[in-house]
Amino acid sequence: MGRKILLEHENVPGIETLEVYRKMGGYRAAEKAIKSMAPDDVTEEVKKAGLRGRGGAGFPAGMKWSFIDKKSDKPRYLVCNADESEPGTFKDRYLMEKIPHALVEGMIVSSYALGAKTSYIYIRGEYFYVLRILEKAIAEAYEAGLLGKNIFGTDYSLDLYVQIGGGAYICGEETALLESLEGKRGNPRMKPPFPAISGLYASPTVVNNVETIAAVPHIVNMSGDEYAKIGIERSTGTKLISASGHINKPGVYEIELGLPVEEFIYSDEYCGGIKDGRKLKAMIAGGSSVPILPAHLITKTANGDARLMTYESLSDGGFASGTMLGSGGFIIMDETACIVRHTWTLARFYHHESCGQCSPCREGTGWMEKVLHRIEHGHGTMKDIDLLVDISKKIEGNTICPLGDAAAWPVASAIRHFREEFEYHVLNPEKIKDPKHFEKEPFVSSVTQNA
Amino acid sequence: MSEIAFSAEAMEVVKKIIKRYPEGRQKSALLPVLHVAQAEFDGWLSPEVMDYVASILEIKPIEVYEVASFYTMYNLQPVGKCLLEVCQTGPCMLNGADDLVAYLENKLNIKVGETTTDGMFTLKTVECLGSCGTAPMLQCGADYHENLTNEKADALIEKLRTDNKRSRYC
Repeated sequence: MGRKILLEHENVPGIETLEVYRKMGGYRAAEKAIKSMAPDDVTEEVKKAGLRGRGGAGFPAGMKWSFIDKKSDKPRYLVCNADESEPGTFKDRYLMEKIPHALVEGMIVSSYALGAKTSYIYIRGEYFYVLRILEKAIAEAYEAGLLGKNIFGTDYSLDLYVQIGGGAYICGEETALLESLEGKRGNPRMKPPFPAISGLYASPTVVNNVETIAAVPHIVNMSGDEYAKIGIERSTGTKLISASGHINKPGVYEIELGLPVEEFIYSDEYCGGIKDGRKLKAMIAGGSSVPILPAHLITKTANGDARLMTYESLSDGGFASGTMLGSGGFIIMDETACIVRHTWTLARFYHHESCGQCSPCREGTGWMEKVLHRIEHGHGTMKDIDLLVDISKKIEGNTICPLGDAAAWPVASAIRHFREEFEYHVLNPEKIKDPKHFEKEPFVSSVTQNA
Repeated sequence: MSEIAFSAEAMEVVKKIIKRYPEGRQKSALLPVLHVAQAEFDGWLSPEVMDYVASILEIKPIEVYEVASFYTMYNLQPVGKCLLEVCQTGPCMLNGADDLVAYLENKLNIKVGETTTDGMFTLKTVECLGSCGTAPMLQCGADYHENLTNEKADALIEKLRTDNKRSRYC
């Protein structure tokens, strides 16, 4: 059994209540931090822990905190990014739903470290029922004196609110999230200035993912050094993985970073293998934005080393033969899946979610969706495949925010690794008429044939 | 046309929301207040309702329109009593979202984007709802209906018909 930290008590009856959460050791970290640690000491522990942002970017959280402008006379804010919308990702929802106080306590400890007196949790609009769970937990915390004035009888006071979104993937981008929290369209801001200098209401602000914030109390309890011992090298600690697609046991799993990908897919402790004993075809390891990998690059890297669930191992080989850990949205496709169709749904997603601010993304995502639709429905040409690569290159790196890259990578990587399948669609329009064209007769490429 | 106004209860909620933000930042309340307005006024935001929200938050009507039209959860046209939102993105597609959409279209005798003649159901496809491990699924109001089969979809439609209540997020 792998070590669990965030989800250690996920199956304890009543863990969503303050009473049971406290019985299991909850709010000890908040008490320890506020009563006996200086705010900067908390930041120091998070730095030592090597905790990296769990939303997708993997930026060291302690370092992000240390950028906050302490000279400013404006109030500082901590904003939790609970706008989980990356296709394939549903871990934050699970954590908030199961153990809401884990996030509330994380917000208290992190706000204290940053010197924030008011903090917000921005949750995606579709998660309305999770909002109710969080609001209940927050009300319990206020009632118990864990939020509000003079927490634990100290000088420290904190107000915590949950803000509901309106349905927009782009608000997961931190500056779009801040715009949205200010009651505006979710258009990402130009950076710099970064939120640490000018964020919410032009005040110093830190935005962190749910899972990142929920890890902070554990770091305070066990110390940063101890946390850093879990995992491998720069991939410290545990990570929540949302597993979906063609596997026997979809769901949210907490893993120690460093677990072999092969074990994660095939062990009964995790995904339990591929559905109906079919063959593994492709993996998207970190949410829909990260490059898709074909079967021969999933459990082993291009060098033949075992592929591990770490930031470094998953990206081994760069985009030529690697991918990214991203948000931990782990999507598995078996031999019946059509890569073109799947990529088309993702292109449609990014087109739908583009905020429209930058023309390469606004126009390019629409073109990619159209061209992919054409190929998937038997009207594509060979030139279309190169056209897609061309469009993706013209979006990548040419937009204010990373949505452009996120839209370009899935298309570029699908063609990089599954070009023959795209060509098959162009050459065999009759054979792909049935939307489930590979269900009865899986597509065999020269790579799979030789595998 | 009767004058548009929140019920006393809804007004209480709105006032509480506005208090979450620093003074002068009441525009921050716009997204949550639009949800309250949509739930109050038959599941959609008419121009009149949006103007009313603008007056309450002391902002210009255009500031409400541009936000309401940006986010997908605000309906700018009337919808059926129950809005069925079927997720169709990648992971759901791999696990039968297309079949679910086709089944519902057939069962309700409408296409995606349409409303049944009795005004009971509107069928909509949406992008990833964060329910990838429990696909296929649909959202109706605040409720997620997951791991759907044709039988489960039948039972759900039946129940929604019997309950005969407007679906709402809040």
